[in-house]
Amino acid sequence: MNTYNCLLCGVGGQGTVLASKLIAYAAMQKNMNVRTSETIGMAQRGGSVVSHVRCGDNINSPIIAKHTAQVLIAFEPGEAVRCLDYLSPDGVVIVNNKAVMPTTANFGAQYDENEMFDYLKKNVKNLIIVDGNDICNKCNSNKVLNIALLAVAAKTNKLSIGIDELKKAIKFKIPEKFHDINIAAVDYAVQRYI
Amino acid sequence: MSKIEFLMGNEAIALGALHAGVNVVCGYPGTPSTEILETVAKMRDDSVYVEWSVNEKAALEVAAGASYSGARTLVTMKQVGLNVASDPVMSLAYVGVKGGMVIVSADDPGPISSQTEQDTRHFSRFSKLPCFDPSSPEEAYEMVFEAFEISEKYNTPVILRPTTRVCHACASVKVKDNKIIHIPDGFVKDTMRWVIFPKTSYMNHIRIEKRYDELSKQFCESKFNFINGTGKIGIACGGISYAYVCEAVETLNAWDKVKIFKVGTPHPFPEKLAVDFIRSADKILVCEELDPVIERELIFLCGKYNLQCNIFGKYTDNSPVAGENTVESIMGYIADFLGIDYSEKIYKPDVNLPVRPPVLCAGCPHRASFYAVKKAMKGKKAVFSGDIGCYTLGNAMPLDMVDTCLCMGADVTIAQGIHRIDSDTVNFSFIGDSTFFASGITGVINAVYNNTEIVLIVLDNSTTAMTGQQPHPGTGVTMMGDIVNKISIEKILEGIGLEYIKTVNPFNLEESVNAVKEAAALPGVKAIIFKAPCIAVSKPQKYLTVNNKCIKCKKCINEIGCPALVYTDKGVIIEKGLCTGCGLCMQICPVNAIE
Repeated sequence: MNTYNCLLCGVGGQGTVLASKLIAYAAMQKNMNVRTSETIGMAQRGGSVVSHVRCGDNINSPIIAKHTAQVLIAFEPGEAVRCLDYLSPDGVVIVNNKAVMPTTANFGAQYDENEMFDYLKKNVKNLIIVDGNDICNKCNSNKVLNIALLAVAAKTNKLSIGIDELKKAIKFKIPEKFHDINIAAVDYAVQRYI
Repeated sequence: MSKIEFLMGNEAIALGALHAGVNVVCGYPGTPSTEILETVAKMRDDSVYVEWSVNEKAALEVAAGASYSGARTLVTMKQVGLNVASDPVMSLAYVGVKGGMVIVSADDPGPISSQTEQDTRHFSRFSKLPCFDPSSPEEAYEMVFEAFEISEKYNTPVILRPTTRVCHACASVKVKDNKIIHIPDGFVKDTMRWVIFPKTSYMNHIRIEKRYDELSKQFCESKFNFINGTGKIGIACGGISYAYVCEAVETLNAWDKVKIFKVGTPHPFPEKLAVDFIRSADKILVCEELDPVIERELIFLCGKYNLQCNIFGKYTDNSPVAGENTVESIMGYIADFLGIDYSEKIYKPDVNLPVRPPVLCAGCPHRASFYAVKKAMKGKKAVFSGDIGCYTLGNAMPLDMVDTCLCMGADVTIAQGIHRIDSDTVNFSFIGDSTFFASGITGVINAVYNNTEIVLIVLDNSTTAMTGQQPHPGTGVTMMGDIVNKISIEKILEGIGLEYIKTVNPFNLEESVNAVKEAAALPGVKAIIFKAPCIAVSKPQKYLTVNNKCIKCKKCINEIGCPALVYTDKGVIIEKGLCTGCGLCMQICPVNAIE
């Protein structure tokens, strides 16, 4: 495999950008070429956001082509379904089990998270559902969801980086006072989900 | 000497300018250009001056003065900002510069965060300024150096025109270890050069027309323009579409069939290279975003040189006239053109996906301001003219408080025009603090001078929120890190001659509603300044909770639509991670269930 494509999707404010930066940094430490692309601007205000991360040889576009992402990291189940056409046929989906209700749901635009999980289970061969709340509670921080999902992705061997490389990236990219909780989140997520 | 750094396109442009010895950098925030100037401010050494100017016109003129004085200057803005700056740009194209000037105007195909899908490449042709169009962050970095060189060689401003997918993409970029030292020699008086007059403009017009051919020849040798491949089917492209074309040709395994013409300088067009390309191709497909600029140039050259080649693109409906390209869309155009079987099924999962339009944040003071005006005007005939910023989102349900939005500052003047026709309507204009300083003040003067009747609502949240909290004249800080006097919106309005100016905290609902009612009943131009900081620049108070008095009437949700208020089968709950404790919902609850 020469090119690693990872799509991260979620809702503005969930921490997809930092997660994509960690993958990019760790891949660059392995002398890989990296391109990423982020959603910035008006859509960030509670809207759907995606980060594209591409590592390896021969990459031109910063945007992943449909059906070519080996890994889809979804911070929210509805967003996983929305972005599923990016996934390659043998790709893996790592999805947080907690739905984020849109404000519009309060005005009749109903959103049923179970419908999303049913759809994912039916359409995804390699699906890993992560209990984000559980990990956040174990680590006493609601900020470690992105790191936990990333750790599960790294453990699948389909991401361009492994667990040790992820830990190094955390130590380099995140302020020192948050190192321990984030490393704990990695360890717990890996032990719990693989 | 060089090293590899992982940079966003906008960071690459900023570093390119710093490494090219830029002395003065000015701009006005606007997605997708904002991070360029922010990166300059973060990475600069003491020899570099940087400012957020009040608007793009001011930015360009400050930079022009510095360039007259020999400085290398960079001016940053989004494409609609170039409209604001167009008066000085058009004249400066004639007068020219001494120190190099690069104007970055970031285009936004889609559009993703803009009012228009206008194409700066046209503006470059219109103003006769050379234009560079990067296809990646790496190329953007390199282009800045060449843009400064061209600028000084021809004494002309040069446009660099990235698009969103270059500005906000990151890549491993090879950057220089050292920077060029450029020392400005100061302003030298020369009225024939620096004072624009009809006679000198006639001479300058001849001068700038003449350089077209010379630049076109030089650009044929530029590394940013090239022909790649040996096939007989031509594909012409520029900007991010070049990256998509490469991906698509690779995926379709069609490198032996095609020949790619990549255009990095859409103006002046690399004519000889283009003619060689046209002559060597059986037919040509053009892949570009926004307007058919490359396509038109190729068609023009076919006529000019009597070349027999069919050019396909937007004019032939091979690609759409609006919206951005993607790898898949371009794959479709190329496959179709080559007769390769390819069809991208439109993905439509048979589920009800959550709809997530952007909304005002929980605790946003704009929500409280809009709600107060709405409540005060209930049952009355009123029109609410809005403007550019986070507060455009006040149009969403349930607030529904933006009836018009056009361009920066237009709320104030649109309201005046509506008043001239619907004089029995109360005309409100909503403007943010940064927009007020950028282009709202002249509109208020126009209102007072022409004796009209509007209620001006200034939404003062002490920052430029939409683009990510940039300082402005009312915040008392500059991009150089200096603490300066805050310019008072009240005193400006007083100076213009408004007699009713009231500053209210919008989170005090009763006082706010009363102020609006009072202002609406008075004649002339009245102003209410709703003053409360953006949640991104202030500390939240303790989150609120719903007690067991809640009667599940959902009034709080239905009236203000705060994202922190969620209705569940147990009744209304407040998301503690989102709630800032602003207290607006407390004042709406009929049974005191929120505390």
